[in-house]
Amino acid sequence: MAEEKRLMKGNDAIGEAAIRAGCTAYFGYPITPQNELTAYMARHMIDHKRTFIQAESEVSAINMVFGAAAAGARAMTSSSSPGISLKQEGISYACGADVPCVVVNVARSGPGLGGISPGQGDYFQATRGGGHGDYFHLVLAPKSVQEAAELTFEAFDLADQWRMPVMILADGMIGQMMEGVTFPEPRDLEKLPARPWAAGGQYKTHRPINHVSSINLVPDELEAKVHERFLRYEQIKKKEIRFEEVNTDKADLILVAYGTSSRVCLGAQQMAKALGIELGIFRPISLWPFPYDRIAALAAKGKRFLTVEMSMGQMVQDVQLAVAGKAQVSFYGRCGGNIPTEEAVLAEARKLLGK
Amino acid sequence: MELAYGHPKSLKPIQTKYCPGCGHGVIHRIICEVIDELGLQEKSIITNPVGCSIWADLYFDIDSVQPAHGRTPAAATGVKRVRPDHLVICYQGDGDLAAIGTAEIVHAANRGEKFTTIFVNNAIYGMTGGQMAPTTLVGQKATTAPYGRDPEGAGMGYPIHVLEMLATLEGTRYLARGSVNNAANVRKTKQYIKKAFEAQMSGVGFTMVEILSQCPTNWSMDPQESVEWLEKNMIPFYQLGEVKNTLEASK
Ligand SMILES: Cc1ncc(C[n+]2csc(CCOP(=O)(O)OP(=O)(O)O)c2C)c(N)n1
Ligand code: SF4
Ligand SMILES: [Mg+2]
Repeated sequence: MAEEKRLMKGNDAIGEAAIRAGCTAYFGYPITPQNELTAYMARHMIDHKRTFIQAESEVSAINMVFGAAAAGARAMTSSSSPGISLKQEGISYACGADVPCVVVNVARSGPGLGGISPGQGDYFQATRGGGHGDYFHLVLAPKSVQEAAELTFEAFDLADQWRMPVMILADGMIGQMMEGVTFPEPRDLEKLPARPWAAGGQYKTHRPINHVSSINLVPDELEAKVHERFLRYEQIKKKEIRFEEVNTDKADLILVAYGTSSRVCLGAQQMAKALGIELGIFRPISLWPFPYDRIAALAAKGKRFLTVEMSMGQMVQDVQLAVAGKAQVSFYGRCGGNIPTEEAVLAEARKLLGK
Repeated sequence: MELAYGHPKSLKPIQTKYCPGCGHGVIHRIICEVIDELGLQEKSIITNPVGCSIWADLYFDIDSVQPAHGRTPAAATGVKRVRPDHLVICYQGDGDLAAIGTAEIVHAANRGEKFTTIFVNNAIYGMTGGQMAPTTLVGQKATTAPYGRDPEGAGMGYPIHVLEMLATLEGTRYLARGSVNNAANVRKTKQYIKKAFEAQMSGVGFTMVEILSQCPTNWSMDPQESVEWLEKNMIPFYQLGEVKNTLEASK
């Protein structure tokens, strides 16, 4: 039976979804605007007799995740932008050793210490493999508390399925706001996917020993490992691309936005409708892999694009890559922790349409 | 007839890549002897450092996890928390533990994490070719201290007594310093390791054995000179023995 809707903060909902997904080890370090998530995990992981540690730094937290996940646990860490920078070393190692885990970024505005208000300036870092080396990992961007819960729940399965870290790229708005949310039934810990490659438990099966490691000093062998991973990436691009469209068939101008800025765009689209102006919305949910093909198909139909971000323009480069010069791509953004207003987005769209 | 010498089951019967006279191989061996004596081969996990002994996973016939340079105590924390019934061995060099990974070791120790750290102190960065380590002795030469370690004049600081520093933390229960420069010290070091492993398996807090070890290559010595140098220079500064033992208190 479906559970009742609960009114919850995004940060708390992400925590609850993780626990239901079978996260048995969480490691965090305080940073605004995700502190409620760490506190939620502290309370509920301990109540569930699972592992919770407030680590000495984000560097340690991600390496605790690495160890716990390498030893077979569903493990998660969360942070906000400056802390996510510190986790990049560990994320690179997790990608290099094919260790599944979940990393939540409740992003704020940067660079440096920047501000604690919401931001989308971590897009490049998230989608381009923010650490060293040749790798990518899944990045999912929720627009609401409900979707944050759903994507977090699913992220653990995706991590296991594809053997990689999965990042939830939210922002301070999603983390802090309260909305109604329902959760899926908790996963039975006994029925989670097996991890035959993990360290530990050898005494039960007497299997050959396992090494969870990213090192290989033989160029041909390391190249083969990287190639194997990139073949997996091609599979992911076929199976895991997610997006949402609103009114893209009728409108000539399509607003492209993810997360919080996509909600602003939806408001602008409705204001436009009241004025008799058709606007479309294209909302990438998977930021990696990015829905290039669908945007290219829309470009081929003669659509134009206005990308709206809470940054100086990062995802807009992917939109440009998708249209490959075949359509006009414009940009409107705010940064510093400011959120674009519906009025400003509408004004920008009307300027482009000349209406 | 009694068997006087046998190769430990937990150690693969292959030649190591370590230089002649290197202490790492001997240390691997005594760890594996203890694993065998405790019957824990299939219930042990080693977290390997970044340093010459990154190759431990080639030699130890047990499961392993390889984290980033210095982060090994954090990863070992994750491993042990989710596999509390296993023997978790956190193997680290002096650069790994006492420089880049200082925060990780201090806080793992302070939380009383129930794994055992094996800290191989060879007073040098072996793998990267002989740079100054936090444990390099005053006056000892390194590629990055070509005129010798000069603590104040050149602002290189003094060598760190890691065990004595960690001894102030309540989470630490057993801290001992051994050496592998001669057979008697090897035997004693093995006893420290055994005590630490037994304590770990009985579920008490943080245990650690520091082991003074030769790096003839980066000390620019032959193996014989290196054991003598260790005895004359390192042992007087890094005194051998149990630095802290509060295991009895928990019985
Ligand atoms: C982040 C990072 N910085 C630097 C290095 C290069 N590096 C590899 S091993 C090492 C030092 C190893 O010295 P130590 O821990 O004393 O181990 P030993 O080789 O002496 O046993 C360094 C600096 C690295 N691998 N990663
Ligand atoms: S460089 Fe030093 S520590 Fe490394 S293998 Fe050679 S002797 Fe051992
Ligand atoms: Mg060293």
